[in-house]
This record gives sequence, structure tokens and C-alpha cells, in this order.
Amino acid sequence: MSAVEAGGDAGKRIVRPYGDTTGDGMVQVSFTLPVSHDKRAEGAAVQLANKMGIDPAMLVHAKPMSDGFTFFVVYGRVNHLVDLSAVQVVERDFPLLSAKEVNAVVKRRLRRKLSVVGACIGTDAHTVGIDAILNVKGIAGEKGLEYYRELKVTNLGAQVSVPELVEAARVERADAVLVSQVVTQRDAHLHNTREMSAAFREAMPAGRRPLLIVGGPRFDETMAGELGVDRIFGRGTTPGEVASFLVHALIEKKAKA
Amino acid sequence: MTGKLELDPRLVARARELARRAGQPVVDLARSHTTVSVERAVLRLAGVAGADPDGIPWVNRLVDAVVADVGLGHGVAVPVFDALLREQVGDVTLLAQKAAAGSVRFGVPTGKAATAARKAARRAVGAGIRAIDRRRVERDRLVKRFGDPKQRPWIYLIVATGDIYEDIPQAQAAARAGADVIAVIRSTGQSLLDYVPEGATREGFAGTYATQENFRLMRAALDESSRELGRYVRLTNYASGLCMPEMAALAGLERLDMMLNDSMYGILFRDINPVRTFVDQRFSRQVHARAGIIINTGEDNYLTTADAVDEAHTVTVSQLLNEFFAHEAGLADWQLGLGHAFEINPDVPESFRLELAHAMLARELFPDAPLKWMPPTKHMTGDVFRGNLLDGFFNLVGTMTGQGILLVGMMTEAVVTPWLSDRDIALQNVRYVLGAAGGLHEDFVPAPGGFIQQRANRVLGEAVDLLERIGEQSLLTAIAEGTFGIMKRPADRGKGLAGVAKHEADYFNPATEILEGAAA
Repeated sequence: MSAVEAGGDAGKRIVRPYGDTTGDGMVQVSFTLPVSHDKRAEGAAVQLANKMGIDPAMLVHAKPMSDGFTFFVVYGRVNHLVDLSAVQVVERDFPLLSAKEVNAVVKRRLRRKLSVVGACIGTDAHTVGIDAILNVKGIAGEKGLEYYRELKVTNLGAQVSVPELVEAARVERADAVLVSQVVTQRDAHLHNTREMSAAFREAMPAGRRPLLIVGGPRFDETMAGELGVDRIFGRGTTPGEVASFLVHALIEKKAKA
Repeated sequence: MTGKLELDPRLVARARELARRAGQPVVDLARSHTTVSVERAVLRLAGVAGADPDGIPWVNRLVDAVVADVGLGHGVAVPVFDALLREQVGDVTLLAQKAAAGSVRFGVPTGKAATAARKAARRAVGAGIRAIDRRRVERDRLVKRFGDPKQRPWIYLIVATGDIYEDIPQAQAAARAGADVIAVIRSTGQSLLDYVPEGATREGFAGTYATQENFRLMRAALDESSRELGRYVRLTNYASGLCMPEMAALAGLERLDMMLNDSMYGILFRDINPVRTFVDQRFSRQVHARAGIIINTGEDNYLTTADAVDEAHTVTVSQLLNEFFAHEAGLADWQLGLGHAFEINPDVPESFRLELAHAMLARELFPDAPLKWMPPTKHMTGDVFRGNLLDGFFNLVGTMTGQGILLVGMMTEAVVTPWLSDRDIALQNVRYVLGAAGGLHEDFVPAPGGFIQQRANRVLGEAVDLLERIGEQSLLTAIAEGTFGIMKRPADRGKGLAGVAKHEADYFNPATEILEGAAA
């Protein structure tokens, strides 16, 4: 789906912001400058707006805040044009589903709970990542995978050895294994991930292996193949994205089988 | 403020009786068990301070050494002070260092040696508790000198940069802009650390580590602000997670004023073992009672996972349980910042009237508690204009229903951590509503038999039904079966279980002895 179709604006290529008349280019912005409020501060705000392409800029509100800060609201005509044909959108290769949708798909297609086993492996004691994805508490206002009724989550916590992880995956009949790696000293995250994927390859035949997913702030998301895992998630990943991917990969697997 | 809902007093009494019945077995459990964190808190009160070169606190090293030799069930006070007397070591921290190096063995003395060890432990821990007492007197003196906020609710603002030296000027700016209470949010995941980090810290994940030194630095800064502003600015942190008892002790020693301290939050939202949580919670609340700290409970969290209309009664049930556990631990009503929140989907018809009914119900059930009113988060979408309007309605309910503590909502919730301007706009919103409608509760009486009265009575009825069901099994079973939120938390699972032990016949804890003596 391209951006042009998404907007439903076939035919239009160049647009400008809309205030109350087509083509007026009007925008509204607010910002804070680290200066005390006086005439000069207001001039500074107009200068910034001008540099942002807003010309003429109307300073409609200026308010001093604590010591040496002023908050501004500016309305004005922006002279930039938007070329819709040049818009580039990064495509996600799986649809983002709500918790309700994830639960519904698992219930309908799998007809049992989807089992997820998570851990921090090696010496890594930073459970921030795995807990953000798995704990009900979640992150950024999104609940973690424990919140999903149709997912059975086993969080092994920190400093789990690879054999322990493989064994837990076997006991829990894991559909997916989630591993978080924060520590990157001497490329520990890459080393640990390779060790983990090799152990799963050795212990289980291809068709029975759980989906292997690693996450952490320093991973390169394109290295999945090289590390022997099914997916890598980087900084800023939310539980909803992981859950959506699980469902997507599961359906793909089922469809292929 | 009471009597506007025409609640049936028999039903209210029944709800309290059921909460007591559900909670009592948990109290019995807490009285017969200890945890590594309770024991570490005892050692902190006895004066063990600092950490080894790897940053592991000496209290952890010392408790681990005692557990390795004699187990946890006797309590660590007697083995530690027995060794101190035997080895002629002058200082408990020095003993911890020796124990960590393996040069001290611990035993469980009997007879005269046991009596001597108990006496020495009582003296050392007594000094720690007296230090907490002095901080409480100091708070009372400062509140008297600088004064309390002029208005209710108190305005509660969150600061969290990860760097204590950034937090300080932000907290002072927030106080200047009108905040009465500053809460420093902890780093993500600190609740699952089984030790308290040491020293001033400059990096955290979405929050700042709670350490004794960070507590001290922030309290000193807010004392400065209190002096400047002519009102006592309170400081809040978290007694939750695996180190709840130690956090309570450190908060008492550094004169923090409020602590987040829910009875079930760690179990439900952090998968901490239920027994561990209840044991830790009881001890921490005894310390809070002694220190004159106001606790804040976390009922708002239920509404972020469950539907705020359908599950409104679970908030009431949790408030009743929190009240029972708090009273049992010696906390007075003025120390109970029971939580609740404005989390109904704004697209639900009559959502504002429902919010009013729920907030009034909490107010009338707990007339002497400074309820903590929490702002919308679940339905904040990034539309900051709508968010600011929603926060205005939240503030209006807060003032119309006489809430004690109002956590300032940010229209940029779920977008960014609050900017300077976000805080300023949010505080302007609060000031406008409190200024324009601060006395509205005097005029506002819901129509007899109308929507609000009916709704409040219905929620109370549902809460009683749920408490009846819990009573038929037990609170631990109810938690195990997923009654709260939707999480199933069995008593033999969860984090921190390894650090729980049943009391041996000779279990001794000088801190509990002193704290319970004071409560009796």
C-alpha cells in the first residue's frame, strides 16, 4: 500500500497545510525557549518560526515559566510544500493487532494457549527488556504478554543458562522463545544468541523447534539469519508488536504446513 | 462530605467485616514468616551501611552469610550479634565485611549467649528506630514552621530523569510552580532487584534509582524549597518490589513523607511471590506507621488492565483490604492514601457521572483517609488537546469529591516524559479548576435515588459480593485463581520465593518487637 493510496488523494501530488482555505499553508506550533520573557524573547520566537519556514509568523501567546523559560504559541503560514509522490513509508511485514485480535486469532486457529518462554541468558542480569515485554505492567502504556488471555507466558528471569532455557522450552511446549540481551561487552549479546540458536537446533528437529526471537537495544534487526533466529527486535519495541508477530509467524507456519 | 450517597451502613459494615475475614489469614501468614529483605531492613536499622566494591550492599552479604551457616528461620539478629560479641568486632558493618571474606562463622546460641545477643541487637536496632523517631519529630517541626499547603487536594507531581542531579532542579521548579508533593519515579525494573543500590546515581531507565543517598539529596533540596516557598514540600518514593521493607526503613531514616506501598501490586503486576509480598508489606507498613509516612496504594493499576466500569468494584475491594492490612500494621487513617483513578473510556455515555459516583463512593467509605486521585492514562491517545480537556474533568471530580492527594495529569501522557511546558500547562489546568470550583462540593449533592447514588450503591454491592466469594476460599486462593486484574498468581510461584522462611521456635526480630510494642 503506497502513501498516495493511503491518503485517498489520487491525483493530488503537491499539498500544503490547511487552515481554513485551500492552499493557505497555515500551521500552529508551540515551543519553549530558555530565555526570560520580554520583547527580545518574543522576537526570538518569531525568528525561530521564520527559520522553520513560517512566514509571516503570528506570536499569539507568550508565557513565562519557572526561571528563565518562556512558552510560546505561534500561528503562521508555512512556505514548504509536501510532495506526496516522494513520501516513503517503512512497511511492517506483519499487521499490528490489538490484544483482543491476538487472543481471537489464537483461540480460533490454534485452539489452545500459545506458549511463550522468555529469559535473559548468559550473565546478563538486565531484565528491563524482557519484563517490559512480558510483565503485565508492560511499557509505554501497552500491557505485556502476560495480559493476553490466550498466551501462556513463562518468564524465567535473569542469568538463565542455555541448557536451562532449552529444557524449559521443552517442558512448557513453547511455541516461541523470547530472549533479551542488554549487555554488549565484547559482543556478549551476539555470542549468547548464536549459542542459544545452535542449542535449539541441536536439541529439536526443525519442525518442532519454537520460534526464536531475540531483543535488545544494540541488535541490528537485519542479522536474524546470521544469528540463527527467526526475528530480532530493537529499541522501542512494544509488547503489541511482539504479540502481533507471534500470531503472524504462527499463521504463516500453519499455512505452509 | 459524608452521607451524600445514602449508603446502607449495614452493607458498609459487612464489607469491612468481610475484608477483615479475607485478610486475617494473610496476617497470620505474615506473622509466622520472615524474608531476606525483612532481615536486611533489621540490619540497616542496626547500622549496617555501604556496599562491597561490586556494589552489593553489606546487608546482603551479611544476610547471605548467616543464611549459609544457620538458615533464615531464626532471624539474623541473634546470629549476627552473637558473632559480634564473640569476635569482639566493634561495628556491624565491619562484621559484614569479615563475614563476606569468610572469616566469621555464625551459630544459633542458647542460654546466656542468646540473651546477650538479643540485648545487643535490641540496643542497636533501637538506635535506628530512634533515628526514625527523630526524623518524624523534625518533619512535624518543619510542617509547623513552613505550613501545609493552603488547599486540598495536595498537588502531586512526578519527576523522573534518571539522573538525581537533573531531578533536583526539576523538582524545585515544580515546587515553585505549585507542586505540594514531589514523587521521584524509580528506574524500570528496580522493583525486581533483590538489593538496594548504593550512592548518588546518574543513569536509570525511565526513572531514577531509589538509593539512600538519592533520598537524602532530594529531601535536602526540597527542604531548601520549603524554606523559600513557605510551605512544606513533601517527597514520595516507592516501598514496593523485592526490597519493600528496606525501602521503608531508608525512607524513615531520610524523612521521606509518602511511600507507594500497595498490598497486592507486586504480586499482580510484577509476579512477585504472594507470601514474600505479604510478609514484606506488613513489616514495611509497621515502619511507615512509626515514621509518620503516608502510604499510597495502587488501585489505579487495576483499571489500566481491566475495564473501569465493569471492574470498579475490584478497586473498592482492594481499598478495603489495603485499609485492613494498614490498620493491622498500626497505620492511622490519616496515613492511608488509598488509590483510585479516572480511567473510564470517555466514549462511554455518562462517563463523567460514573467517575463522580466512583470517586464519591471511595470518599464516603473512607472519610478520614487522604485518598489519592489518579489521572487518566489509558485513554490518553496523544491528542494533547482532548487530553487536556480530560484532565480538566479529572481535576473537577477531584475537587467536587474532596480528594486528599491529586496526581497531576499530563496531556502528553503516553507521548513523552513531561516537558517543562507540559507541567506548566497541567498545573495551570489544576489551578483553574481548584480556583474556579474549589468549594463546589458544598453545593453539590446528587439527587436522591438518582444515577450517581444508584451507581455508587451498585458498586458497593458488587464489592461485597466479591468479598463474599473470596471469603469462601481465601485471599491467597483468590489471587492464585486470577480474581484481581486477570493475573493468576499461585502462592508457591513468583519471584523472591527463595528468600522466604517460616519462623523457627526461637525466631527473634528486635525491630518487630519494638514496632509492635509501640502499636500496642
